[in-house]
Amino acid sequence: MSEMKNYTLNFGPQHPAAHGVLRLILELDGEVVERADPHIGLLHRGTEKLAESKPYNQSIGYMDRLDYVSMMCNEHAYVMGIEKMLGIKVPERAEYIRVMFDEITRIMNHLMWVGTHGLDVGAMSVFLYAFRERESLIDCYEAVSGSRMHATYYRPGGVYRDLPDKMPQYLESKLRSKEKLEEINANRQGSLLDFIEDFAKNFPKSIQQYSDLLTDNRIWKQRLVNIAVVSPERAMQLGFTGAMLRGSGVEWDIRKNEPYSVYDKLDFEVPVGVTGDCYDRYLVRMEEMRQSTHIINQCVAWLKANPGPVMSDDHKVTPPNREDMKDDMESLIHHFKLFTEGYCLPEGESYTAVEAPKGEFGVYLVSDGANKPYRVKIRAPGFAHLAAMDEMSKGHMLSDVVTIIGSQDVVFGEVDR
Amino acid sequence: MKQLKQKLSKAFGKKNVSESLNELTLNIKSEDVLEVCQKLKDEFQFEILMDLCGIDYLTYGDSDWNGNASSSGFGRARQAQKSTNQKEQRFGVVYHLLSVSTNQRLRVKALLSSENLMIQSVTKIWNCADWFEREAFDLFGILFENHNDLRRILTDYGFVGHPLRKDFPMIGEVEMRYDEELGRVVYEPVSIEPNVNVPRVIRK
Repeated sequence: MSEMKNYTLNFGPQHPAAHGVLRLILELDGEVVERADPHIGLLHRGTEKLAESKPYNQSIGYMDRLDYVSMMCNEHAYVMGIEKMLGIKVPERAEYIRVMFDEITRIMNHLMWVGTHGLDVGAMSVFLYAFRERESLIDCYEAVSGSRMHATYYRPGGVYRDLPDKMPQYLESKLRSKEKLEEINANRQGSLLDFIEDFAKNFPKSIQQYSDLLTDNRIWKQRLVNIAVVSPERAMQLGFTGAMLRGSGVEWDIRKNEPYSVYDKLDFEVPVGVTGDCYDRYLVRMEEMRQSTHIINQCVAWLKANPGPVMSDDHKVTPPNREDMKDDMESLIHHFKLFTEGYCLPEGESYTAVEAPKGEFGVYLVSDGANKPYRVKIRAPGFAHLAAMDEMSKGHMLSDVVTIIGSQDVVFGEVDR
Repeated sequence: MKQLKQKLSKAFGKKNVSESLNELTLNIKSEDVLEVCQKLKDEFQFEILMDLCGIDYLTYGDSDWNGNASSSGFGRARQAQKSTNQKEQRFGVVYHLLSVSTNQRLRVKALLSSENLMIQSVTKIWNCADWFEREAFDLFGILFENHNDLRRILTDYGFVGHPLRKDFPMIGEVEMRYDEELGRVVYEPVSIEPNVNVPRVIRK
């Protein structure tokens, strides 16, 4: 028999389980991974360089496109950084709207994750169920910003506009009967808040459905339990954040430990894993969805009871009212200055982090006093997670690599920036 | 945080610690980076290196309205800006640290002289620095001594230059197309012109 040698396998960048454009160079001994070398940068768009050449507000849209499955959380970090440096206050209603949409985003991200992770590992049906619910949440995005994904809804000083009083409905079409139309429009009769409330009421049942399909599923457990175990010490050493860190048993959540926005006024719990394997990370994320639903419920109740402004009235930073501009000179000047030049941030630097669905998403802003940032550094959670690929996959089978990629929940928009 | 500030001042000198916007910054010399970081990890319990990034101070404080102003308004921002200020310490490396056990954050900043773009790698102290240092090398050309695997990470295979440096043009230097005759992809100098819609202004 001839001697078997190690061989190298090129995985991706066009592989359905590569979650985008990951190129992995795997060194295999039979079917066991000896070394994994991820090659990234295939989606590098130079976001940081682009942001340096634009006024602050024009880069909010780029933040959406970083982690393109948790759009509004990215915006939140960037917008909070600007607000911190300008020293402006945000109306409380805007804070609640932001937190509500942060949590909607978290659910959206986790639904995407549970669907694709299931698909990678071989559970087809979860994907279909998860996307059914995700559609409703995308509709919320659309109702509030006009865009299904890249919302650009958060602005320095608040949010772009108040929540709509009427939830958009499906229109008549040749493809659906009248009864069907009434059925799908049933929960869209009231305002957006009513729609979200209805969603939050039914969503725990859906989570239970996914859970029924996966949690005790024999195949699911065989594929996830004891795969890529990371000890708490190693998790910190490798710069893990979010569910990856909590899955390893470190209780750390920015929403609890360094509360931003109005998280300190809300009641929720932080799930923590025990063994630090893929299965624990799965359980942590599932529980996070339940907690997010709980937060959404509290926000809806507060928002229904407390109308008010959603944008700061400091018109050096926020656009003035359209009507005021017709007969008020100062508003006109503010409008002109804001849209031709933008606003200047005082000289200084700040690092602002939020608990994005994938982990800590941080924005390091350096300003030299100009209307454009001097340097923007985006700290993407996925970057640190993917860097640990080699360590996590060592000694596991080739098929486990797919599980690990799914469990890390990487998105290349943010890894490559 | 006050306590931490006092402790840091005691350990590293008062003038090196500064506070603004509720954030602490520790300025260090680039030669001392290993020593300081080891101390920060062992004695101050900063277990996680959250972020490591390079920064280029070449055009810091420059605006499009001073400098080479011309009479034709729109030409101003189109012409490549030649920076007038020669900085002795042009580049910097910024570390963001987090302590899970004491719930504190710290920024550590080391400036590098333009002649010697070398700094000790901290991969031994925090393993996750590996990719962050590769990124800083790729985008700024900062060299990390004793880094095992200092390859480019974000840019293309065979890329020339360091794109986040301030003297690297926004539109890049080369463009790529498929050449039918040669039957392969070729690189050519860029054919587009830089365009800036909103000039950079500094108002105090």
